[in-house]
Amino acid sequence: MNTTPPPKLFAAQEPIFPRRVTGFFRTFKWWIMAFTLGIYYLTPWIRWDRGPALPDQAVLIDLAHRRFYFFWIEIWPHEFYFVAGLLIMAGLGLFLFTSALGRVWCGYACPQTVWTDLFILVERWIEGDRNARVRLWKSKWDMKKWRLRLTKWAVWLLIAVATGGAWVFYFTDAPSLLRDLSAGIAHPVAYSTIAVLTATTFLFGGFMREQVCIYMCPWPRIQGAMMDNDTLTVAYREWRGEPRGKKRVEGAGDCIDCMACVNVCPMGIDIREGQQMECITCALCIDACDDVMERIGKPRGLIDYLALSDEPAERAGATPRPIWQHILRPRTIIYTTLWSLIGVGLIFALFIRADIDMTAEAVRNPTYITLSDGAVRNTYNLRLRNKHGEPREFALSITTEAGLVLTLEGRDSNLVVVPADTSSIQRVYVTAPAGDPAATTDVTPLRFWVEDVQNGERAHRDNIFNGKAR
Amino acid sequence: MSEHEKDIDTETGVETTGHEWDGIKELNNPLPRWWLWSFYLCIVWGIWYVIAYPAWPMIKGATEGYLGYSTRANVAADITAFNDKNADLRAALAEVDLAELEANEDLNRFAIAGGAAVFRTNCSQCHGSGAAGAKGYPNLLDDDWLWGGTLEEIAYTINHGIRNETDLDARWSQMPAYGEILESDEIDNVVQHVISLSSTEFDAAKAEQGAVIFDEQCSACHGVEGKGERDLGAPNLADAIWLYGGDIETLTDSVKYARFGVMPAWGPRLSVSDVNAVAAYVHQLGGGE
Repeated sequence: MNTTPPPKLFAAQEPIFPRRVTGFFRTFKWWIMAFTLGIYYLTPWIRWDRGPALPDQAVLIDLAHRRFYFFWIEIWPHEFYFVAGLLIMAGLGLFLFTSALGRVWCGYACPQTVWTDLFILVERWIEGDRNARVRLWKSKWDMKKWRLRLTKWAVWLLIAVATGGAWVFYFTDAPSLLRDLSAGIAHPVAYSTIAVLTATTFLFGGFMREQVCIYMCPWPRIQGAMMDNDTLTVAYREWRGEPRGKKRVEGAGDCIDCMACVNVCPMGIDIREGQQMECITCALCIDACDDVMERIGKPRGLIDYLALSDEPAERAGATPRPIWQHILRPRTIIYTTLWSLIGVGLIFALFIRADIDMTAEAVRNPTYITLSDGAVRNTYNLRLRNKHGEPREFALSITTEAGLVLTLEGRDSNLVVVPADTSSIQRVYVTAPAGDPAATTDVTPLRFWVEDVQNGERAHRDNIFNGKAR
Repeated sequence: MSEHEKDIDTETGVETTGHEWDGIKELNNPLPRWWLWSFYLCIVWGIWYVIAYPAWPMIKGATEGYLGYSTRANVAADITAFNDKNADLRAALAEVDLAELEANEDLNRFAIAGGAAVFRTNCSQCHGSGAAGAKGYPNLLDDDWLWGGTLEEIAYTINHGIRNETDLDARWSQMPAYGEILESDEIDNVVQHVISLSSTEFDAAKAEQGAVIFDEQCSACHGVEGKGERDLGAPNLADAIWLYGGDIETLTDSVKYARFGVMPAWGPRLSVSDVNAVAAYVHQLGGGE
C-alpha cells in the first residue's frame, strides 16, 4: 500500500517576482500612484491664511481644539454630519465602482496596492527585473546579496518613515512638528505613531504584500456581494485562446502559453484559470498579453475587461460589447444618483450654514421659580458660537406673544461679546410678570434670537416657557 | 506519527486532511504559515502581559505586574497634575476680595465652575441639585434671601452656618413658639392677617383682629408691614415666596411651634477657595444681589 506522511496544514508564503510591464494600464497606474502619493505627502505642507487667531495649515485635524480645517471650510464638532456625509459618499462610491468595475479600488487606488507598487519599483531598481530577482533569491547569502538586500531594505525603510511621518503632520502644524521631531522634543505620541506606521508600511509593502489582500483585508470578502454578471472584471477569453500552445498548428488558439500574464502578476496567479479570489484586477496581465498579441500579429484583448455575461454571447460569435454598456445599468445609475444627491445636499448645507450660531437649553431643574413679587421665571443656557476670526458682539432678544422679559445673568444689557473662533455659554432668564397670562399658562412658546451686531446676521432657536399651571 | 493514504477530493481536486465525519471530508486548504507564527506571537505576548501587568487575582487584590501599572495611581496622578495646574487660581481665589471677584473674569469663571462641583457634593442634599430647595430648605434661585444675597453675605452664611451651636458667629434667628403664648383663636387671626399681606383671599374680620396682635407680637422682627428683617433672619411675609408653605394649616403650625431651620458651618470643612467658589456659584444662579 502506498503511504505518505499526513498533509501539511500550514503553507509557506510563495515568493512572487512580478516582471516589469509597459502598456496603457501600467502608465495609468503610475499616474494614479504619483497623484495619490503626492496628495498624501504634500497636503500637510500647503499653507492657508486664516488670520492671526487660527492655524495657517490648509488641511488640519486639530483634535486638541476640536476643529477640522479644510482650506476655506472649518468644521466644528457639532457639524460632524459633514464627515458622516462624506463617509456615506465614500461608501456609496465604493458600491458604485465595485458594481461597475469589480475590484477596481483594490487594483488601482488602495494604499496597500499603491505602496506595494512603489516597493516593487524600488526592488526592481536595486535588484533587477524578475529573472535577476529569482536568481538572487536562489543564490547564497554572499556579499553581493547582502549588499543588494540591505540597500533595498534601507530605501524601503526611508519610504516607510516618510509615510508614517506624513501621517502625523495632518494633526498639528507641520513645519513646527518637523522641527520638534528632528530636535527630539516632539510628543511621544508623535514618535510612537510614526514608529507603528513605519513598521506596518515596511512590513505590508515589503514582505506581506498579496498576503494582506488575501488573508487580512475584509473588503474583498464584502465586494462579492456587490458584483453581478455585468460587472467588469479582468478575464481571459478562453474561447479565443484555447487550445493554447507554443506550436503554431491548425486549430490552435491565440494563447501561445508565453506565461507573460503570470510573470507580471503581483498576486502570483494565472488569470487563465478564470476569476479567482486573489485577483485584484490591477490589469497588468492585460498590458502584458496585449504586448505579446501585437508582436505575434493577433488582435489585442485576449485578456481583457470582461463581464460574466459576455462569455455566452461571445462564444456564440457575437462581437465584444462596448464598455459603456456594462457600466450604464440601472444599478450603477441608482448608486450615482444617491451619491450625487448626498453630495449636493452637503454642498447646500455648507453654503447655508451661518457664521454665528446658537443653541438654547432650558434649565429644567426646576422648570420654573416664583419671584417675591409673584412673577414666574425660567432659566436657559444659551450656547453662542462665533466662527469668525475676531471677537463679535452678539445681541440677544426673544419674540413671543406673551409679555415675557429677557434678562442676562451677570450683564446689564442684552449684549454678549464672544471671543474669536469659540463658543460661550450665557445663562439667561425669561420672566413672566405677575398677572401675565404666561405666568399661569402651562406652556408658552418663545423664540430666542441672536444677532451679530457688526453685520446684522441673525440666528434663532425655538423653546418654551413653563408657567405655574393651575 | 501515523501514516495514511493521500486522499484527493474528486469535486475540487483538493487534498483532504484525512478527517471524516459521516462521510463528510475536510478539505486541506492550508493556512499561511505566518498566521501560525502570529498565533505563537500572541501566546508570547500573553505571557509577557501577565508578567508585566496586573493579571492574577489573589485573595486580596491582584498581582501587581513588574511595570507597576495602576489605574488608581494614574487617576491620583491626574488629580495631582490638575491641582498643580490650578494652584495659582486656587490661591488667588482664597485671597480675593469677594467684592472684586466679578471684575476678574477668568477667576470668576474658575470659581463658578469649581463652585458647581462643590455645591453638588456638599449642598445639593438639602438645597437640591438644581438649587431649587424644598420645604424648609430655601430656594437659592429666587430673589428672596433670609440673610442677604450679596457675595459676602452668602459666603458668611456658608462659612458659619445657621443656628449652628458649634460656631459663635453663626446666623441665629429666634422665634417663640406662640402656641404657649397666644390662644388658638388669636393664632387663627394672626394667620389670616399674614395671609392678607400677600393674598386677596382671606377672612377680613379675623385679619383685622390679627393685625393688632401682629403689631404687638410679630412686628418687632417681621416689621410693621411684615416685610421681614434680614439682620434678624426674619422672613418677608408679604412676598409671594413661602419657605414652609402659605396655607392656613402650615402657617398655623409655623406660628404655634415656630421653625428652626439649621445649616452646618462649612468654613471648617471646606477650604477658603472652595467656600468662595461655591458662594460665587450660588450668587450667579439668578438671585445674587
